[in-house]
Amino acid sequence: MEELQPIEAHPRKGNQLKFIIGGVVIVAAIVYLIISSLSANVQYFLTVEEVLNKQSAGELTGRNIRASGAVLGDSIQYNMDTLELSFTIVHVPGDNLLLEEEGGLARSLHNAVMDPSRPRLDVIYYGPIPDLLQNEAQAIITGEVLASGVFEADEILLKCPSKYEGSIPDQIETE
Amino acid sequence: MAADIGFGSLLITLIVSIYGIGAAFYGEQKKKKAWVLSAKRAMTLVFPLLTISVGCLVYLLLTNRFEIEYVAKVSSLSMPDYLKITALWGGQAGSLLFWSWLLAGFTSAVTLRKWDRDQDLLPWVIVISLATLAFFVLLNTFFENPFVSYWQTPEGITTAFSQPPGGIQLFPRDGSGLNPLLRHPGMIIHPPMQYLGFVAFIIPYAFAMASLITRRADDRWIQLSRRWTLWAWLFLSLGLVLGARWAYDVLGWGGYWGWDPVEISALMPWLAGTAFLHTVLIQEKRGMFKQLTMVLIILTYNLVIFGTFLTRSGLLSSVHAFSKSSIGPIFLGFIALNLIGSLWLLNKRWGFLKSRQVLTSFFSKESLIIISVVLLLGILVTSFWGVMFPKISELVTGQKVTVGPPFYERVAGPILGGMLMIMVICPLAVWSYASFKHLGRLLWKPFIVSLIGIALPLYGGLTRWPAVVAFWLVAFVLSVNAFEFFRRTRVRRKKGQDSLWGSIVHVLKRNQRAFSAMIIHIAVVMMAMGIIGIEFFQIETQGTIPVGGELSLGSYTMVYEKLDIFDTTDGRNVARAIVSVNKDGQTIDTLYPRRDFYYDSNQPATIPGVRSTLVDDFYVILVDWKVVSSEGATFKVYHNPLVKWLWIGAWIFIVGVVATTWPDKKSKPLPVRAR
Repeated sequence: MEELQPIEAHPRKGNQLKFIIGGVVIVAAIVYLIISSLSANVQYFLTVEEVLNKQSAGELTGRNIRASGAVLGDSIQYNMDTLELSFTIVHVPGDNLLLEEEGGLARSLHNAVMDPSRPRLDVIYYGPIPDLLQNEAQAIITGEVLASGVFEADEILLKCPSKYEGSIPDQIETE
Repeated sequence: MAADIGFGSLLITLIVSIYGIGAAFYGEQKKKKAWVLSAKRAMTLVFPLLTISVGCLVYLLLTNRFEIEYVAKVSSLSMPDYLKITALWGGQAGSLLFWSWLLAGFTSAVTLRKWDRDQDLLPWVIVISLATLAFFVLLNTFFENPFVSYWQTPEGITTAFSQPPGGIQLFPRDGSGLNPLLRHPGMIIHPPMQYLGFVAFIIPYAFAMASLITRRADDRWIQLSRRWTLWAWLFLSLGLVLGARWAYDVLGWGGYWGWDPVEISALMPWLAGTAFLHTVLIQEKRGMFKQLTMVLIILTYNLVIFGTFLTRSGLLSSVHAFSKSSIGPIFLGFIALNLIGSLWLLNKRWGFLKSRQVLTSFFSKESLIIISVVLLLGILVTSFWGVMFPKISELVTGQKVTVGPPFYERVAGPILGGMLMIMVICPLAVWSYASFKHLGRLLWKPFIVSLIGIALPLYGGLTRWPAVVAFWLVAFVLSVNAFEFFRRTRVRRKKGQDSLWGSIVHVLKRNQRAFSAMIIHIAVVMMAMGIIGIEFFQIETQGTIPVGGELSLGSYTMVYEKLDIFDTTDGRNVARAIVSVNKDGQTIDTLYPRRDFYYDSNQPATIPGVRSTLVDDFYVILVDWKVVSSEGATFKVYHNPLVKWLWIGAWIFIVGVVATTWPDKKSKPLPVRAR
């Protein structure tokens, strides 16, 4: 049906060049946006051990970073008046292979909390206490390490691998 | 018993699908119609077969059969029946089965249409649809079987479908229950819509591939799959909006979209699909960009599978992601196979799809559409890069990094602005030849009207320029559409003796697709307004107040009246605050922000109290409380201007898409077979 439509017999070449240039300009603008925004917004994603190492090397001053670790249940303190939440996270290996060796995320989080020799990091946060904050949850925190060595988080993500899709339920009876 | 039937039916589906693929292929190659017909019957059968499987699993969930591993993991005695049914898609194995079932629904339905005119496409549509279905059913049978049960063996507790040597079946008393965040009416509707949207894209993809294989260069496959595509798009859009609404209603962070990797993996097929719908228009009207259309449908389909892979492989950490699973590599293999296969095919037919048409003017409709397609793809690339960059960086440098919402917002913001700009002029642009002069003549009146969009916010004391520009664009799109509609009505009235109403109806009927598109674009603009409102103007405060105490935010004041703590029959402990909302000294509403604590899963869920109006939302979260002291409770309060327009826009969007799929009486042209 193409034949039925009016077409220009000999489209001028310059005509097409114009569109190619236009397209290139738009694409270049988008690429520029992506690249410049990316370099401005990439965060380190570190384990507790790496945070402590980089902090003592002075590499983290004023940088927004993300860190993950296992929540130590006994350390959770909340001040209702100031909404100041503080807790401690314990080092969990960042490498998936290491996690697998330990027997999965849930097991690894459990091991971390039980092991007093592992590196620990104190975290403070101002705001509502998150629903999933509990012992042996995996916390992914975003924020800055203060000069005092405390991590001030402005965002907390939590994951409790044992809670759903976990291992075998507790109450089991045989028939 | 039910588990046996369910699994048996699943196995039969797998066999029937594989048979269907073979029969369709053989019948096509040997030109034996009976084989193709048999394959078609096989494809009709997959939906009833999987319905049996799904029925069995739902039955097991409803009857609390916790010896089944899946039931024990996602259900519990205290859950109401409706949640037990939704638990079907509350975990990995069940949701895969649900997915396969919906997919089977679409593939079976497509066999029911009249095929007489398109016999040559049929075998390939069967092969491609059934291959996809077979892949998912295969995952369900061998890797994520929802029907396995617990066994006590000498070595310990294990899970298997049939009795292992020396195994005794275990019967847990109760299950661990659905994750509390999923126990929400949103669970009934958001996942099914999202899944429907995903799986329905198989149909246009299958038609596209069939068209490529059979060397048809015409638009027949587009006409055949148009309605399927639009429904797929509608469901996918609804899934996204419902997910946003759910997040707004329960997750209690006052937001609706968090650029979570799984959200992004659902957004990516939507972006590609939206781009596809737009290039289809150009292909239909001007016979151009056929190659791009093909690329986009291939991209959409593969992004659906890729998104499923991201969500289900345990590659990402996200509120949505399922736990780690072994199906990752198989998924990657399937995607690679698909992508390489379809791109190879496209490459072979590339010259064949070439168009003799060229772009002639910057301001023609096709140029504008192509620019918006490029912008959509820009957001797509951004999303893809944001999700993949951390993985790539880790592989290359060994350093783990992440990319947060600010990255996406900074890129997507200006691109969305550009798209609004195009939506302004697109309804006025004409196909092929359009000059700026012509466009300018149509634009100046709506432009003047649109200045209200600048004047009003400035008058209201608004100083942030991105917001002013955004509001102006919204006003501009609305006024352009209104002018265009009245222009067409007037033209019609001048021609005939129709009444005003008669000519409106006539114009609507004659331009059904154009006006549905207008409705959809107005809806998108309304949603944009809601997004602008919450993104630029959200304010928040928090504080601990005694009973009778007040907390002010903007022009509102909330008063903490009372706190009730009680147990419910479905196993929750609820702490519910009663809060009255005052404005200008008048009490205008009462809200009940609460926190539910689920005993079975030992987890709380926060439900905000929201007063929602066209102007703004007043959103209160109960953070914490002291039961026996005068110190009272802690609240976090958000003021979200205009956010309701996001949801209103979504409703209008649905109306627009339904209107565009509404059958029109125009006869369809006969297919052209190119040689």
